[in-house]
Amino acid sequence: MTAVDEQTVEVAVRQPVVELVDLTRTFPGPVNALTDVNLTVRSGDYLSIIGPSGSGKSTLLHILGLLDRPTSGEYRLDGLPTGTASESDRAALRGGRIGFVFQSFHLLPHRTVLDNVLLATLYSGVPRGEREQRARTALERVGLDHRVDFTPSTLSGGERQRVAIARSVVADPKLLLADEPTGNLDTKNSAGIMDLFDELHADGLTLVVITHDLAVSARAERRVRISDGRLQELA
Amino acid sequence: MIFRRPRREGAAPLTTRPVDSAGGGASVVTDDAPAPHETSAPQSDDHQPDSLSDPETDGLADLLDGAAAEPTWSDRLRRAAGRLAFWRSGRTRLDRSDIHLGARRDRFSLRDLFAEAAHGIGAKPGRLVLTILGTVLGIGSVVVTVGLAQTAAGQISAQFDAVSATQALVQPGTTGSSWSGNARPKTSLPWDAPERVLRLNGVEGAGMLGTVDIKDAAVTAVPVNDPSAPKVVSPSVVAASGGLLDAVRGEVVTGRFFDDGHSERADRVVVLGQRAADQLGLSRVESQPSIFIGDDSYTVVGIVDAMQRRPDLLDSVILPLGTARADFGLTSAEEMHLRIATGSGPLISQQVPIALDPNTPENFEVKAPAQASELRQAVQADINAIFLALGGVALLVGGLGIANVTLLSVMERRGEIGLRRALGASKKNIAGQFVVESVVIGMLGGLIGAAIGVFVVVGVSILKDWTAILDVRMALGAAAMGGVIGLVAGLYPAMKASAIEPITALRGGI
Repeated sequence: MTAVDEQTVEVAVRQPVVELVDLTRTFPGPVNALTDVNLTVRSGDYLSIIGPSGSGKSTLLHILGLLDRPTSGEYRLDGLPTGTASESDRAALRGGRIGFVFQSFHLLPHRTVLDNVLLATLYSGVPRGEREQRARTALERVGLDHRVDFTPSTLSGGERQRVAIARSVVADPKLLLADEPTGNLDTKNSAGIMDLFDELHADGLTLVVITHDLAVSARAERRVRISDGRLQELA
Repeated sequence: MIFRRPRREGAAPLTTRPVDSAGGGASVVTDDAPAPHETSAPQSDDHQPDSLSDPETDGLADLLDGAAAEPTWSDRLRRAAGRLAFWRSGRTRLDRSDIHLGARRDRFSLRDLFAEAAHGIGAKPGRLVLTILGTVLGIGSVVVTVGLAQTAAGQISAQFDAVSATQALVQPGTTGSSWSGNARPKTSLPWDAPERVLRLNGVEGAGMLGTVDIKDAAVTAVPVNDPSAPKVVSPSVVAASGGLLDAVRGEVVTGRFFDDGHSERADRVVVLGQRAADQLGLSRVESQPSIFIGDDSYTVVGIVDAMQRRPDLLDSVILPLGTARADFGLTSAEEMHLRIATGSGPLISQQVPIALDPNTPENFEVKAPAQASELRQAVQADINAIFLALGGVALLVGGLGIANVTLLSVMERRGEIGLRRALGASKKNIAGQFVVESVVIGMLGGLIGAAIGVFVVVGVSILKDWTAILDVRMALGAAAMGGVIGLVAGLYPAMKASAIEPITALRGGI
C-alpha cells in the first residue's frame, strides 16, 4: 500500500504538459485548419510535428503557444484549461510556461544579447534579483557567455538562434515550442542547434519542434505528422 | 540546473489524478508510443478503482460506469473525467495562483515598464528630436508669452512706484503747438490754488512753482565786481509756495523751508538746493548767511535735498512766491505739484480744474496717475490671448506630431510587439509601454521647451534692461503640460499597439 501511494504521487506530478482534446480550429471560409486533434505531450517529451506547408502546422503551433484559440475542443496546458481563460490570463500562462524559438530568431536588433535574454524574464515573473544571473547562466548554457554584450547584428545565424534559445529557456518554461528552428540556418549550424535541443531534452525540458525538415524531426523521440488538419502519430 | 523544472508544492493536487491517469491510459490517437516517464497503462487502471472507491467520487463512478458501457468508452471516459475534474475542484475559472508560477509582483513591474520605455525612446535619437520639436515649440512659445507678459507687467508696476502713484501735476493748458514755439498758456494758476485744492478729497499736499526771470543778475555768495573774472553760470532761480517741499518730497538738510508768512510779507529769504548751496559755498545756515541776486541780498534760511519729483530744484535758488512777485514781477506760477492719496488720480484730475476755475475748468491740464489703464490692460489681454492661441496651435501640432510618430513606430515595431506578446506580455503591458514612451517624449519636449522659453524671457529682459519675472510654477506646469500632451497623443497609438495580433506580427520578423 505504501508503495502504491508513492507511485500515485509520482504519476500525479507527471500530468501532461499539453493535452489537446478533440480540438478543432476553423477559419472563415470555412477552412478547417485543424480537425479533431487529440494530443498529449508529457513532461520530458521531445515531439516533432512534420507536415507540408498549408497542413495546419502553424495553426497548431499558434494554438499550442496560446497565440490563437481553438474553435472547439479543449487545450489544457500544465493541467489548466485555456479555452475560456481571459486574454491576460493566457498572456501570463504564455510568459510563465511556454518558451518560443522562431525561425527568424526575433531578436531586438538594438539591444544587447543579454538584454534580449532578459526580455523573457520581464513578463514571466522571474524574481528581479535572479534575472541577470539566470540570463547569464542560460547564455553560458548555449555557449555564448563570451557574446553577452554584443548586439545580435554582429552574430552569425547559428549564434542568433542560440541567443533565442537562451531567451526561451531562461524563464524555466514547461514547454519549449520551436517553429522551424533551423529554417534559416545552414547544415552545420542546424546540427549545432539540434545538438543543443538534445542536451536540453536530456536535462528534462519538454520540446515540441515544428519542422518540414526530416533530418530535424528524426532527432525527436515522438513524431507526429499533420496533413489536412489531421494529426497522425508516427511509430 | 535552471532547466530542471522546479515542482511547486501542491501544484498537481491528487484530486486531478483520475484525469491524468485516465488520459494517460487512453493516451493519444495511438497508444504505441509511450512517453519516457509514462507509467504503463495497467498501472493506471490499478489506480482507477482506488479513486472510484473514494466516497467523494461516487458521482464520478456512476458516470464512468455509464461511459464504460459505451462502445467508444475510452473516448467518452476521457472527456467525462476531464469535465468532472473541474467540477470536483470547484474551478470555473483559472486560479491566479495556478497561472503565476514565479514572483507575480516582479512580472513586468513599473520599473520594468520604465526601463523598456526608455530603451524604446532611446533607440532612435534622430527621430526623437523631430518628434519633440513640435512640443518644444509649443511649450516654449507658451512660456515665452506668459513670461514676457509677466515681465512687462512687472516693468509697468516698477515705473508705477510709490512716488509716481501719489503725485500729480497741474498746469495751465496751452494754445497753439509747443513744436512751433507759439504755445501760450490759456490761463494762469490763481495764487491761492494750493488752499483751494487742499480742501479736495485725496489731496495731501500742494505746492506751486514758477520760474523767476532775474534778467542778467548773477547769483553770488559775495558780490564781487571784477570785470576780468570769468562769468560763471548762476544757479536758476525759482519761486515756490510754502507747501512745495512737501508736495515734491523734498527734505530739509539744514535750517528750514520758508512758509506762506514769508511769502505774504515778501521777506527776502531763500532756500537753496543742495547742489546750488555747494556751488555757492554754503553748508551751514546758523549764521544766517546771505546770497546776492544781482545787488540785493537774501538770507538763506535752509538747504534742501531729495526733491524726487523735481530733482532739478537741487540746482536752484528757491524764493517765496510773494518775494518773487515783489522783487522780480512774477505774474503767475507755472505749475502746481500735488501729493495725492494712492488711487485718487482719476478723481483729482476731474475735481482740481473745477476747484481752480469753476467756469472754465478745461483750461487746466492735470497729469495724474491713471488708474492702471484699463485700456492698456485690455490690449495686453488681447495680445496674450493671441500668443496663447498660437501656443495652443503649436501644442496641438506638437501633440499630433507625437501621435503620428508613435503610430508610425508602432507599425514599425509590430515584430517587437508580437515578440513581447509571445513572451507573455499582456495587451495592457504593451499599451502601457507605448503610453509611457509618448508621455516621456512629451515631458522631454515640455522640459526643453520650458527651458528654452525661460532663456528667451531672460535674454529679452537683459536686452531691454528689464527685470525678468517668471513664475517658477508656470514653467514647471508647462513642462508637465508636455507630459499631458504626450499622454493624450499616445493613447490612440497605444490602443493600436495593444490590438496587434501576435500571430500576424510574428510572421514579419523584427
